[in-house]
Amino acid sequence: MPTAKPRVTLAAFAAALALAAASQAALAQPRTDLVVGMALEPPHLDPTAGAAGAIKEVTYANLFEPLLRVDADGKLVPGLAERWSVSEDGLTYRFTLRPNAKFHDGTAADSADVKFTLDRARAAESVNAQKAYFAPIATVETPDPQTAVVTLSRPDGLFLFHMASGDAAIVAPESAATNKQKPVGTGPFKFDRWAAGDRVVLVRNPDYDGAKPKIDRVTFRFISDPAAQVAALKAGDIDAFTLFSTYEALPEFRNDPTFTVMVGSTEGETLLSTNNARKPFDDVRVRRAMAHAIDRQTLIEGVLYGNGVAIGSHFPPHREGYVDLTGLYPYDPARAKALLAEAGYPNGFDTTLRLPPPPYARRGGELVAAMLAEVGIRAKIEPVEWAAWLEKTFKGKDYDLTMIAHTEPLDIDIYARPDYYFNYKSERFNALNEELNRTQDAGRRNALYGEQQKVLAEDAVNGFLFMLPSVTVQKAGLTGMWVNRPVQANDVTGVSWK
Amino acid sequence: MLAFLLRRLVSLIVTVWLASIVVFAVLQLVPGDPALLMLGIDAQPDTLAALRSQMGLDRPILTRYLHWAGGLAHGDLGVSLTYARPVADLVAERLAVTLPLSLLSLVLSTALALPLGLLAAARRGRGGDWAVLGFAQLGVSMPSFWIAILLILLFSLTLHWFPAGGFPGWSAGIGPALHALLLPALALAVPEAAILARVTRTAVLDTLGEDHIRTARAKGVGRRTVLLRHALPNALIPVATVLGLQISFLVAGAVVVENVFTLPGLGRLLYQAIGQRDLIVVQGVVVLLALFVVLVNALVDIACALADPRPKGGES
Repeated sequence: MPTAKPRVTLAAFAAALALAAASQAALAQPRTDLVVGMALEPPHLDPTAGAAGAIKEVTYANLFEPLLRVDADGKLVPGLAERWSVSEDGLTYRFTLRPNAKFHDGTAADSADVKFTLDRARAAESVNAQKAYFAPIATVETPDPQTAVVTLSRPDGLFLFHMASGDAAIVAPESAATNKQKPVGTGPFKFDRWAAGDRVVLVRNPDYDGAKPKIDRVTFRFISDPAAQVAALKAGDIDAFTLFSTYEALPEFRNDPTFTVMVGSTEGETLLSTNNARKPFDDVRVRRAMAHAIDRQTLIEGVLYGNGVAIGSHFPPHREGYVDLTGLYPYDPARAKALLAEAGYPNGFDTTLRLPPPPYARRGGELVAAMLAEVGIRAKIEPVEWAAWLEKTFKGKDYDLTMIAHTEPLDIDIYARPDYYFNYKSERFNALNEELNRTQDAGRRNALYGEQQKVLAEDAVNGFLFMLPSVTVQKAGLTGMWVNRPVQANDVTGVSWK
Repeated sequence: MLAFLLRRLVSLIVTVWLASIVVFAVLQLVPGDPALLMLGIDAQPDTLAALRSQMGLDRPILTRYLHWAGGLAHGDLGVSLTYARPVADLVAERLAVTLPLSLLSLVLSTALALPLGLLAAARRGRGGDWAVLGFAQLGVSMPSFWIAILLILLFSLTLHWFPAGGFPGWSAGIGPALHALLLPALALAVPEAAILARVTRTAVLDTLGEDHIRTARAKGVGRRTVLLRHALPNALIPVATVLGLQISFLVAGAVVVENVFTLPGLGRLLYQAIGQRDLIVVQGVVVLLALFVVLVNALVDIACALADPRPKGGES
C-alpha cells in the first residue's frame, strides 16, 4: 500500500491538471455558433417568389447568392459572378462566373443556371415580386459555362443594382420548385432545418468555393412580441437581435457593458404619403403648409426615442448623391397657417390619416395628427391592418393621408410611375428619370438624383419625415454584424466572436 | 342513450357545416388580396394575376366553396396560401404544442382551484374564505400576458430557472419540452384557477345546503368526509361544464400568451393567417375549432349525464 499511494496520487494529480487545462482551453476557445433574433418569420425561404423582407434576411448572401452582392457599405461586390463588364451603349452585360461554384446539392453553378434564373423571373407565369427588375432583359446567352451575356432591350442604369437584390438570387432548375421549403443555393451556409413558428437553422457549407465564414452554425429565431425580444436578449437565449424596434428599451442595453447597441440606417424613407389628386392636397400650398407644420426632431424623439435621421426628400442621407433639403420647409406653424389661409382654408379642414400596423406608423401618426391639428388640419386617425391598407390605400388609392416607410433601396423612381398611389405627375421629374436610365457615369447619376430630390421637395409631394433606423442589440463579444441595412438582408458571413 | 347520441351526432355535423359556410362567406367579404400581401407593393399586375391563378383564387366563389368543402369531407384541409404546405400538416405541428399546453394548464388550474374552492366553502365567512375570494379577484383581473411577463421576469431573468420563451420541440426530449411549457401553462392557469375556484366554492356551498348533507352530519359523519365524499362529487358537474368551456378557449385563445413565450401554437397560426389573408388556413382552422368545441361540449354533456344518477325528465 505505501508504494501504490504515491503512484495513485500522482496519477490523480496529473489527471486533474489535464482536466483543468482542457477546460481552460475549452473556455478560451471562441464560440462558433450564432443565434440571431428576428421579429418576423418568413413565410417560406425562396427570395425569388415573395416580397417578405424576412425571407431575404434569412437567405441573402448566407444561403443564396445573386450575380452581384451588396456589401455592408452598400457597394456592389462580386457574388456568383467574379467580374462583369458593360458595353458602351449600356445594352450588353457580360458576367464571368466563379469557376468552382456549386449548389448545395453538389451540382455545378454555371451560366445555364443564370439563364434559367433570369428566364424564370421574367416568364409570363413568374411570381417574382420584383419582375420589373427583369423586364429590360431581351436575351440571355451562355457562350460557355463560366460566361453569361445578358442583352437589354433598353438601357437601365439600375440593372446591376437590381441584379444584386435577393429577388435575383441564382437558383437551379433541379431544386427551384422546392426552394420554398428546402432552399438550395450557392452560399457559404446551407439549410439544415426549419422548426415552423420557431427557428431556421443554417450550417456552414464545407464545399463553398470562397472565403469560409468563421461561424459554423446560424440559428434564426423568430420572436414577435417586444417584451419577449427584450427577455430573450437579457436571458442570453439569443446573441443578437436585428431591426430591433422597441426603442424605449435601448437605454438599459446601452448601460449594460455585456451588450452593444449599434444604430445605423435602413433604406426606409418614412413618409406622410399624400393623395396629390384629392382636394385640398392637389394645391401645393396646402402640401407646403403641412411640411411647415411638422417638427421632424420632435417626431424622431417621440417615435424613435432619438435614434433616427431626418430627411427632406425621398433619398437616404447615407447614400452618395444625397442633397440636404430638410431646411426647405422649417418648422413654422405660423407660416403653415398663412399658407392655408392663402389656399382658401383660413379655418383649416377635416381629413383622415390611415395608419398601418407598425409602431412607427401608429405612434408617429398620433404625433403627426397632433402637429397638424395645431395649424387647423383636423386629421381623424384610422388604424388598419396590412391587408386592408394594401387594398384600399395602395391599390385603390382611396385615401387622404397615410404614414408608411418605403423600404426598397434607390426607389426614388416610384415618383415617375404612372398610377402610383401618390397620384403625382411631373414632366420634369420624368425627364430626369429617363436620363438616369441612359446614364452609366456615377458622377452624373448622383447629380441627376440630386435634381430629382429637389423637384420632389419643391413640390412637397409627401411629408418627408425620417429614415427608419436599423438598430442591432448584440452581446458585447460579437463582431461583423451589419450596422446599416443598404439592402434587405442579414448577412452573417463576416460575423465572429472575439 | 342511443337516440341521444344520434341526435348529438346530427347536430354536430350541422353545426360544423354551418360554421364552414359562415367562415368562407366572411373571408370573401373581408377586404384584402392574399397575392398582393405576398408579393408586396412593387409587384406587377401580371405577376399578381399569375399568383392568384396558381392559388386558385380566380375561380368562381361557389366552385371554390364546393371544392374546399368537398375536401373537408375527406379530411383534406387544403394547401396554405402563404406557406405552400398542407394545412393539415401545419395544424398537426401546432397542435403538438397547443394540446399539451392546454392540458398542462387545465391540470394546473384544477390542482389550484379545487382545494382552494373547497377551503373557501369549508371556511365560509372566515379568514380562509376571504383569502380565496381575494385571490380569485386578483387572478381574474390580471391579464394572462401580464402574468406571463412577470413570470419571465422572476423565473427566467432573475432566477435563470426557465428559458425566456421558445419551444425546443419534442425531439429535444420530453423533459426540455415540458420545461418550456411550464411557465406558459402557469400564466394561462392562474386566471382560469381564479374562476374555477369561485365556481367550485359556489357549487360546494350549494351542495352543503342539501338535505342529504344534513342527514350525513346528523348520522355523525365527520366534516372532512362530508366535504370530500358527499359534497365534492355533486359539485363536480358545474365544475366540469366550466372546464369544458375553458379547454375550448385554451386551444385557440392562448394566442397572447403564445406570443409572449414565442410558442408555435394554434392560436398564433390562426392570428398570423388572418393578418396574411391566408384564407385556406383560416377556413381550415376555424372549422376544426368548431368541431373541437362541439365535441368537447358533447363529451362534457355525456359525462355529466352518466355521472348524474338522477332520473331524466325535469331539468337537464
